[in-house]
Amino acid sequence: MEMNSPVGPNALDRPGIVGKPLDRVDGPLKVTGGARYAYEMQQDSVLYGFVVEASIGKGRIKSIDTRAAEKAPGVALVLTHRNAPAQGTGNHREAHPVLTGPQVTRYGQPVAFVVAESFEQARAAAYLVDVKYDRSNGKYALRSNLNEACVPKPIDAPAADSAVGDFASAFAGAPVQLDVTYTTPLQSHAMMEPHATLAAWDGDKLTLHTANQMLNQGQRVIATTLKIPAENIRLISPFIGGGFGGKLWVNADAVLAAIASRQLKRPVKIALTRQQIFHVTTHRSDTIQRLRLGTDREGRILAIGHDVFSGNLPSEQTYEGAALQTRTLYAGPNRLTRHRLAPLDIPVASSMRAPGEAVGLMALECAMDELAEKLNLDPIELRIRNEPSEDPEKHIPYSSRHLIPCMQEGARRFGWDKRNPKPGQLRDGRWLLGIGMAAATRGNPLLLSKANVRLDPDGTCTVRMAMTDIGTGTYTILAQIAAEMLGLPTERVRVELGDTSFPQAAGSGGSWGAGSSGSALFEACNALCEKLARTAGMDSATATFANGSIASGEQSRKLTDLVGAGMEADGEIRPGSNNKEFSQQSYGAHFAEVGVDEDTGEVRLRRMLGVFTAGRVLNAKTARSQAIGGMAFGVGAALQEAMALDPRFGLFVNHDLAEYHVPVHADIPAIDAIFLDELDDRSNPLKSKGIGELGICGAGASIANAVYNACGVRIRDYPITLDKLLSGLPVRT
Amino acid sequence: MKAFTYQRTDSTAQAAAAAVQPGAKIIAGGTNLLDLMKLQVETPSNLVDINRLPLDKTEETPDGGLRIGALVRNSDLAADPRVRQRYGVLSRALLAGASAQLRNKATTGGNLLQRTRCYYFYDITKPCNKRNPGSGCAALAGFNRIHAILGASEHCIATHPSDMAVAMRALDAKVETVNRHGETKVIPIAEFYRLPGDTPEIETSLKPGEIITAVTLPPPPPGVQVYRKVRDRASYAFALVSVAAIVDSTRGRIRSARLAFGGLAHRPWRVAQAEQRLVNAAANTTTLNSAADAVLEGARGFGGNDFKVPLTRRTLHSVLAETTRT
Repeated sequence: MEMNSPVGPNALDRPGIVGKPLDRVDGPLKVTGGARYAYEMQQDSVLYGFVVEASIGKGRIKSIDTRAAEKAPGVALVLTHRNAPAQGTGNHREAHPVLTGPQVTRYGQPVAFVVAESFEQARAAAYLVDVKYDRSNGKYALRSNLNEACVPKPIDAPAADSAVGDFASAFAGAPVQLDVTYTTPLQSHAMMEPHATLAAWDGDKLTLHTANQMLNQGQRVIATTLKIPAENIRLISPFIGGGFGGKLWVNADAVLAAIASRQLKRPVKIALTRQQIFHVTTHRSDTIQRLRLGTDREGRILAIGHDVFSGNLPSEQTYEGAALQTRTLYAGPNRLTRHRLAPLDIPVASSMRAPGEAVGLMALECAMDELAEKLNLDPIELRIRNEPSEDPEKHIPYSSRHLIPCMQEGARRFGWDKRNPKPGQLRDGRWLLGIGMAAATRGNPLLLSKANVRLDPDGTCTVRMAMTDIGTGTYTILAQIAAEMLGLPTERVRVELGDTSFPQAAGSGGSWGAGSSGSALFEACNALCEKLARTAGMDSATATFANGSIASGEQSRKLTDLVGAGMEADGEIRPGSNNKEFSQQSYGAHFAEVGVDEDTGEVRLRRMLGVFTAGRVLNAKTARSQAIGGMAFGVGAALQEAMALDPRFGLFVNHDLAEYHVPVHADIPAIDAIFLDELDDRSNPLKSKGIGELGICGAGASIANAVYNACGVRIRDYPITLDKLLSGLPVRT
Repeated sequence: MKAFTYQRTDSTAQAAAAAVQPGAKIIAGGTNLLDLMKLQVETPSNLVDINRLPLDKTEETPDGGLRIGALVRNSDLAADPRVRQRYGVLSRALLAGASAQLRNKATTGGNLLQRTRCYYFYDITKPCNKRNPGSGCAALAGFNRIHAILGASEHCIATHPSDMAVAMRALDAKVETVNRHGETKVIPIAEFYRLPGDTPEIETSLKPGEIITAVTLPPPPPGVQVYRKVRDRASYAFALVSVAAIVDSTRGRIRSARLAFGGLAHRPWRVAQAEQRLVNAAANTTTLNSAADAVLEGARGFGGNDFKVPLTRRTLHSVLAETTRT
């Protein structure tokens, strides 16, 4: 099916199992250790690898002495650029060549790979590899290299610039103007499971058990890199311990393991250490964002401008699209967005949960708060006054948009009317209290996905696709969809994911996972239902499926009597013209209350609520978990998360989880998320929209706005740590 | 991690004899040592496991204090009713440290001897005089948000990360040790830690092979006990500044005060003059400023940690306001 028209009424519209807060079907496996992750896979005669990272940011390997490592106990191979094979090249989404030569282009670049009989032997030997470098001067800090920033030209992302009307004149002439610059820091995904791979060759066929969010994409990247046919590569990844974009692309673990395994003719496994992940894999670029908002005296936007700088390796075109949501969120006749990319000699910057919106809204939604104060308007009212009737840049309708109901319902539930717009008016002991809000929006992409569904005579339904579940609940929603469509209890549905030998799927990323994979399965189930109806001699248009039977009129047949030795069907979903003819986003509103310690400047979240609309909610429980997980991510982004760059070395100094701070349980009090009813019939057959990233979008801004409301100090440089607040707090002398 | 031998010991004398050998390292909870070994910051050739030694009891002392065995786990010590009732500052400091899992494993002696969390100390490819004497200090002109503002030297600006030790400093704890000859020693905690000077690799006054057997607390001093830890998140973060305060006051007049600070220096920081300025003083702004001036005498930031100077002052004000409220 291609999404070229609205989907009409369908089987999911009747009340059923889809949408119910079903517990995760893979939950018992996860809590009993039955769910095995890449590094837990085991094979006979497996060897273990350990990466040696470059300890300079830019330069050249002068010499590399591997003799001591090679002689160390248990060592089978030390790979360096001298004995690594030639590999295919491309940007980080196309290829991931390793050990390609003596050039060091970034800190932490793998310069050797030590393989030994045990992990401990490999690690110990890795420390014996003696690398000497000729260091050259690198460009590391974004702020210091803005003069070299260029217009990025990625092939698979929106154009860097957009313009409508005459921004410059309109802004200059606007009665009320706001011109502010926000900065967001370098961030690391910090998912729980480290990047890991077990590689094994059987002749010229390669199998990789690997933690990867998009297996079909990964298969292509491995093929390009190793210069072998994609069909000779199988990626297996049934369980992934979080990714947040850090496992969207192939990383060094997979390629190093594959190369070493081929040379040694033995399986090789590797897990990056926590410390290595920060440099060896990708991160989110820092950004410098200038927001210019010009309005009339009533707060209607006349001009909106958003300029964004981010950085990446000179060989990459991926930019942090922090102004992308500014093209569509609010009305206004004169608009300008620009992204510039500075070439930097640091590790690859790439997607991290809600690339673009996550940090873009931390600027835009705080600027809106600042603007509301300037206009003496309630922040929600300001947003309502700028609600667009159509997408203001594409001039196409929204497929569905209920931002205003989200804000109003959230305001009602959170007690927004008790907010004093004047900062610093409420206290609890030494804690200054404040509340803030922000809008949430995230694009709703749909990607090609295929699914196979099979019904066996024992009544078991098996779903297969090369989809992944990165902890989001994909197994569960797919089981619900198949159960609903075929009239089976979910216990009879077995969902098998994470294997490229299954039908191609979108994978998990960009909030497209549930919609794309679920729609492919929906189509496969439809096809199977038709086959079943045909076999039963019934009209598929009137046949209903329930309790393991198909019924039409007075007639009813058990499905197990119809499937013979087993009956299967395939389904497919493709994006179509709906994506171009309708502006598709999920929406929401965040409300946060924080306390700011007036003595120390410590900020602690007290409560938080997100109200969202994202089309049909497929599972109320996993959707809520996704949303509050995203909100917790936003707490970290607002208050804690930042990789500290040491510009002398190109090094991310705080490269472990003790010093790279993400929220801990104690930082996350009662937070809640609710979804308002919505169906989007232009989105996909499920009428759902993406939720995986919606929770983070705007979350950080609501906290920043609450901090301002609490203490009257506006910090435009994230994260809002106490050292930045201190000088603005009242003096205690 | 380099290959090493492992030796379990049954007596302190045996442990001390093993620990004095070159390359030997004592392991108790291992919560810090194992991390350092994985990164090859520590490369012992022999690990001497003292977990079986009978040092895991907390006992009353004749003078009304407590004697805490070196192997008493942080969780157990924090939960000990005698500690909770009489040494609240210690219980709170312990619970402010690390995570529940780490506290279950970490020991009293090990906590005292944990190493700094300076990022550059943990990265063997970077200069660090503490790890590799003479190589330089990468933190001095580097990212030094968590570093010392007091007692630092041009060779090292690391801080001691313990919360427990800060409370013990305020309580005037004493560290009991034994060496391989069975000779015991009692070291006041004020003399236990050294400033970095030009030998930042030497952090305590312990001699090679000298083993901590216990920490004794004198009877609790009068007053309200508070441990305030200022940090970047609500748990599992080291102190930017912490204050262990024991303040005896009535109706806004301070009789006596003890103030020990964490996060500021290579050792828990305590300034006698600051405390003297509070004796028999009204808890007003002038007094508190004067005390803060004494604490911060000679304070110096290195860029990223400049904020610790005003933060210390503000935190001190806050803690004294809290402890003298009634």
